[in-house]
Amino acid sequence: MTKSFFYHALKINEETCIGCSHCMNACPTEAIRVWNGKAIIDDDQCVDCGECERVCPVNAIYVEDDSFDDIFNFKYRIALFPSVFIGQFPEDVKASQVYSVMRHIGFTHVYEVERAVEILNSSIIKYQANSDIELPIISSFCPAIIRLIQVKYPSLVDNVLKLSTPSDIAAMFYKQKLIDEGISEDEIGIFYITPCAAKIAAVRSPVGEEKSIVDGVINLNNLHNRVYSEIKKGNVDNSIIPEPTELYDFELMWSFTRGEASRVKGRTLAIDGMKNVMEFLEMVENEEVSGIDYLECRACKEGCAGGILNNENRFLIVERLQKRVERNNQKKGKVVLSGIEKYSEYLVNNMQLGEVVPRSMMMLDSDMETAMQKMKEAQKIEVRLPGIDCGACGAPSCRALSEDIVKGNATQSHCVFVQKVLMSRGEINMETAFAIIDKIWGDKIVKGSKK
Amino acid sequence: MMKLDYKIEGGDFTNAGHASSEVKKVLKKLNVDPKITRRVVVSLYEAEVNVVAHAYRGEIFVEISTNKIIIKLVDEGPGIHNVDQAMEEGYSTASEEVRQMGFGAGMGLANINKNTDELNIYSEVNKGTTVEMITYLDKN
Ligand SMILES: Nc1ncnc2c1ncn2[C@@H]1O[C@H](COP(=O)(O)OP(=O)(O)OP(=O)(O)O)[C@@H](O)[C@H]1O
Ligand code: SF4
Ligand SMILES: [Mg+2]
Repeated sequence: MTKSFFYHALKINEETCIGCSHCMNACPTEAIRVWNGKAIIDDDQCVDCGECERVCPVNAIYVEDDSFDDIFNFKYRIALFPSVFIGQFPEDVKASQVYSVMRHIGFTHVYEVERAVEILNSSIIKYQANSDIELPIISSFCPAIIRLIQVKYPSLVDNVLKLSTPSDIAAMFYKQKLIDEGISEDEIGIFYITPCAAKIAAVRSPVGEEKSIVDGVINLNNLHNRVYSEIKKGNVDNSIIPEPTELYDFELMWSFTRGEASRVKGRTLAIDGMKNVMEFLEMVENEEVSGIDYLECRACKEGCAGGILNNENRFLIVERLQKRVERNNQKKGKVVLSGIEKYSEYLVNNMQLGEVVPRSMMMLDSDMETAMQKMKEAQKIEVRLPGIDCGACGAPSCRALSEDIVKGNATQSHCVFVQKVLMSRGEINMETAFAIIDKIWGDKIVKGSKK
Repeated sequence: MMKLDYKIEGGDFTNAGHASSEVKKVLKKLNVDPKITRRVVVSLYEAEVNVVAHAYRGEIFVEISTNKIIIKLVDEGPGIHNVDQAMEEGYSTASEEVRQMGFGAGMGLANINKNTDELNIYSEVNKGTTVEMITYLDKN
């Protein structure tokens, strides 16, 4: 098999996976099959949304991040975190304490992603004024959504906003700022603290740019545990507490549902959750809805507060950030400036994204004639399957099995109902039937000894 | 070559769009260019809604081959008095009820015309209408 060109960050731990098929049924792109008693993710179809991770009963699905120690490959180690990170901590923990501990554990600079939101926001408004763009513009913020569009809604690739994400713009800003302070570029390592798998995939195989500006990605969940335990141990060094520069309210709320939609021009909609987004993109593709200027789509409900690597409940994260906004409003006037305005021209010139290329993965064959042949065969098979989508064959639906069969990835006898017919006709015996079931579910499950 | 067919009921707005969604799935699986797929689906959706909004019942016949897609919608209904006029942007006889569903801007046929390579409309007043839309796959 050739190595897949598209990296995805969600992985299955074969040791712990019990092949229960919960993930297979939860996957919105039908990218998962169960085979040999283990779930398998199809690299080409997976968009890294994380729905499978949410439903796994044994935590067998993990996110492949970079090791924390990678930061020490660089002399200047920059942590770039999204505002949801601060939202993980209980209310009595101050942002400045988090900053201090982050330095204590090894980062030399600690910055917030949302710093770049204002400049992106005004660039989006300028972009909207451009008359020859496809409407609605679909936000480029959530990498799982970009991948979903490439794979499932390829006719909408031109609708994607061709401007970078706040994390990339913030990375450009801080990198350039350090370079201007006389630091050599190869001594700077920028590490993004991620609330999700999709952002890791976006760094390892970026869309619309050659190479990501970020050098590594660190799991927010792990880092939060580490930082919080240091805070509890009292390892906060007041002498190295930098005065955190304050963000605007709308910057802090940008990654949440409506955060972006409420700040752009025209008729806007904010849609969160994979199922909701898919339902809506389907309508946009058919032009069943019209007159919408801007679509904010996020794979997670409540936006990044719902990212799979958050420790805290999504609603509590939103509440905490809202409180932070209120506190900011009370101490107006004491704002420490980040100096990003000085870089605005540089950033505006560098935030343009290239083309988003469709990579439709639904086709049965790249040759249309053959694809039609396969589709007819698949339809013939499908009408003979029971249509109850039981999943016992290791595929998420009868239709998926029929397509797997014509693609040569499965056989009709994977269906337990077909097996029964074959057995009653004497075409296969009990042993063969068991052997097939073993092949799908693994002998452990079949013999009743899962663990 | 592949043939698909679907039935439409007049007034059934809940299911308007079913055929276009199904056809879209098929074209994606056949690796038809996404831009062409979109044009086909958009035209079919408009034509489907026209049967739901203006006629009593109808049937959709889709023929897909490697060089073209032919879609024919045959309906029983009031027919169109003046096809040229119906094609004009903004011309609509949609009832109040249909307008309340958000349709009736008089843009449908113009939109279909824009999105298909060939559009043929045959209509007989008090009998029905046949809309034939052809999209070629081998050009550009
Ligand atoms: N299948 C049909 N049967 C009878 N009359 C039709 C049919 N299709 C279109 N018409 C007539 O042609 C007119 C124009 O159709 P068109 O699709 O352009 O606009 P509309 O359906 O009225 O509004 P819109 O499509 O913008 O919602 C209709 O108002 C109707 O009078
Ligand atoms: S909504 Fe945010 S956390 Fe969720 S996948 Fe998208 S970018 Fe990641
Ligand atoms: Mg119409």
